[in-house]
Amino acid sequence: MLQVHHVNRSFGDRLVLDDVTFDVRRGRLTGFVGGNGAGKTTTMRIVLGVLAADSGHVTLDGTDLDAAERRFFGYMPEERGLYPKMRVLEQITYLARLHGVDRGAATRRATALLERLGLGERMNDRLDDLSLGNQQRAQIAAALVHEPEVLVLDEPFSGLDPMAVDVVVGVLSEYAAQGAPVIFSSHQLDLVERLCDDLVVIAQGRIRAAGGREDLRAAYGHARWEIDTAGDVGWLRSAPGVRVQHFDGGWAVFEADDDAAAQQVLRRALEQAPVASFGPVRSTLAEIFREVVKDEDTTEAAR
Amino acid sequence: MSTQVDQRGNRSGTPGEAVAARSATGAGTPAGHGGRPAAPGTVRAALLVAEREVTTVVRTKSFLVSTAILLVGVLASIVVGSVLAGRDSDTRVAVVGAAAEALAGQDGFEAVDAADEAEARRLVENGDVRAAVVPAEGSPVGVRVLALDETPLDVVGVLSVAPEVELLEESDMNEGVRYLVSFGFGLVFLMSAAGFGSMIAQNTVTEKQSRIVEILLATVSARSLLAGKILGNSLLAFGQTAAIAAVAVIGLVVTGQDDLLGLIGAPVVWFVLFFLVGFVLLAAMFAAAASLVSRMEDVGSVMTPVIYLTMTPYFLVVFFNDNPTVLRVMSYVPFSAPVGMPVRLFLGEAAWWEPLVALALLVVAAVAVVALGAKVYERSLLKTGGRVTLREALRGS
Repeated sequence: MLQVHHVNRSFGDRLVLDDVTFDVRRGRLTGFVGGNGAGKTTTMRIVLGVLAADSGHVTLDGTDLDAAERRFFGYMPEERGLYPKMRVLEQITYLARLHGVDRGAATRRATALLERLGLGERMNDRLDDLSLGNQQRAQIAAALVHEPEVLVLDEPFSGLDPMAVDVVVGVLSEYAAQGAPVIFSSHQLDLVERLCDDLVVIAQGRIRAAGGREDLRAAYGHARWEIDTAGDVGWLRSAPGVRVQHFDGGWAVFEADDDAAAQQVLRRALEQAPVASFGPVRSTLAEIFREVVKDEDTTEAAR
Repeated sequence: MSTQVDQRGNRSGTPGEAVAARSATGAGTPAGHGGRPAAPGTVRAALLVAEREVTTVVRTKSFLVSTAILLVGVLASIVVGSVLAGRDSDTRVAVVGAAAEALAGQDGFEAVDAADEAEARRLVENGDVRAAVVPAEGSPVGVRVLALDETPLDVVGVLSVAPEVELLEESDMNEGVRYLVSFGFGLVFLMSAAGFGSMIAQNTVTEKQSRIVEILLATVSARSLLAGKILGNSLLAFGQTAAIAAVAVIGLVVTGQDDLLGLIGAPVVWFVLFFLVGFVLLAAMFAAAASLVSRMEDVGSVMTPVIYLTMTPYFLVVFFNDNPTVLRVMSYVPFSAPVGMPVRLFLGEAAWWEPLVALALLVVAAVAVVALGAKVYERSLLKTGGRVTLREALRGS
């Protein structure tokens, strides 16, 4: 397990990370979400040792990370970086060799990886001759070519077309399935929601929520139900313990104080007309995210 | 109405089937990606970086073209020099009859036979020959010299009986040769150092600008990176300088200027040696200076002082190559020693131990500058955005 313990970091007078603590569990994909400037990139740089923390530390399976251990990390920086004038295959091979892989094996691995990522035809082109999406694929190859044991990827999906997203998702899932801790940040909340087992939410340099996706949903999502009947459910507006959010003839989404109030609604609806569907509405990650960040902001304001 | 559609859309998009399927497979098993390759040490990593620098540069067209131009230039200047020297040395002299014997066997003269004194006189007047030697019965040497408006001392010299001369001091080096050789050392140093120095600067900024430096630093230390850069470019610069030296030596031998080679041979070897160490020093400065900025557009501002330092030896040696004091100082100051000391050796002004002392000084300076440069480089490499001031870089993050 990769663990970040009480990490603080300032740039000048500005506190960018404030007591950041979270876990990245093995065998699971962890999504790292937060707004612009929330501290995601800084956190990832500190995990990789590219940037030093003012205080706090990062451990892997309980041992403090050092440079030797970090060499087995796969890292994709936020601002993409490869040599623009170098051929794709050559630079991926070079990066593998810097990790200690010998020349022959490095070339074989780089070739196989680039083919898998759909760059087989372009691997002898110079990087800046590739489209942005293909440069992004090359970047992913750079993070994976040394067969890392931990993956830290900053926005790996930005700029990828849906097919490329699927390929990358497949690769990341494979790593996780082999027991590697995998963490990636993303602005695409629906994608994170679809992929991640665990979530870490950061805002203004503080971890606002962290844990399993369903746990977060349970903790932050409001209990909401959706009902679809053949009749009119206008009476819902005056039902006890119920607040209607959306309404359209026989269809409605409402919040209920508790399960009993919701069940009461179902019984009453059944008395009046056939019910096509009734069930809880799961909060989307975007909603949870707004909720988490808003919560904290209001407590902040109240202080 | 639109909100309802959103709600329904979201509802169907929520569950992640793929996730459920995947997380069922072995969670918690250790990552098994075969054996870990042994970590490359600092030296090995530096060698890999150096290899990349060299192979990248060697393949660029600009490098190949500029090297070719340099080599051709050196060869051409030697060949042209020899041709010019050859034309100068043979003075055409008209000879009449028995007077030819007086000049026979003398180097540096080309005898032009003239039928009689009148023809010889005409040849001189036309400027075909510099002088004419005609028989003169009354004269103690048996000949008379005709010339246009100036006594041809070289001709008179060989025809006269001269007393033995003992020189108490060795003669000064021929002014032209002295200038050319100084100029040559200065120019080669300037071209190579500035050329490869800017190459280092460019590479450093490219890495910083493209952020590949983050990936590199997550893999190897900044020291390995800097060492590899300096090593790779020093090898290139050394190779180029050695090639120039080789071409110069071959050129001198082929054009039959062996005597000049005897004078210049040892200084050239010293030059290559000094250059190697001096370049390492400059390379560290170029890399450190370039690491302060994040964009190619800003390179100029930080490079200016380093470029001036690189150019100083060239200008000093061009303007002061006849001033022994300036040369002596130059030959000990680390930045200018690679030019100053070989020039002094060529002029025969330096004692045998002087280059050794200067080289030791240069090595010490290079070690110090590399250590300092590494510090600056390490600390500013990841600072992007504006320009990092030198003070910030030295004070640390």
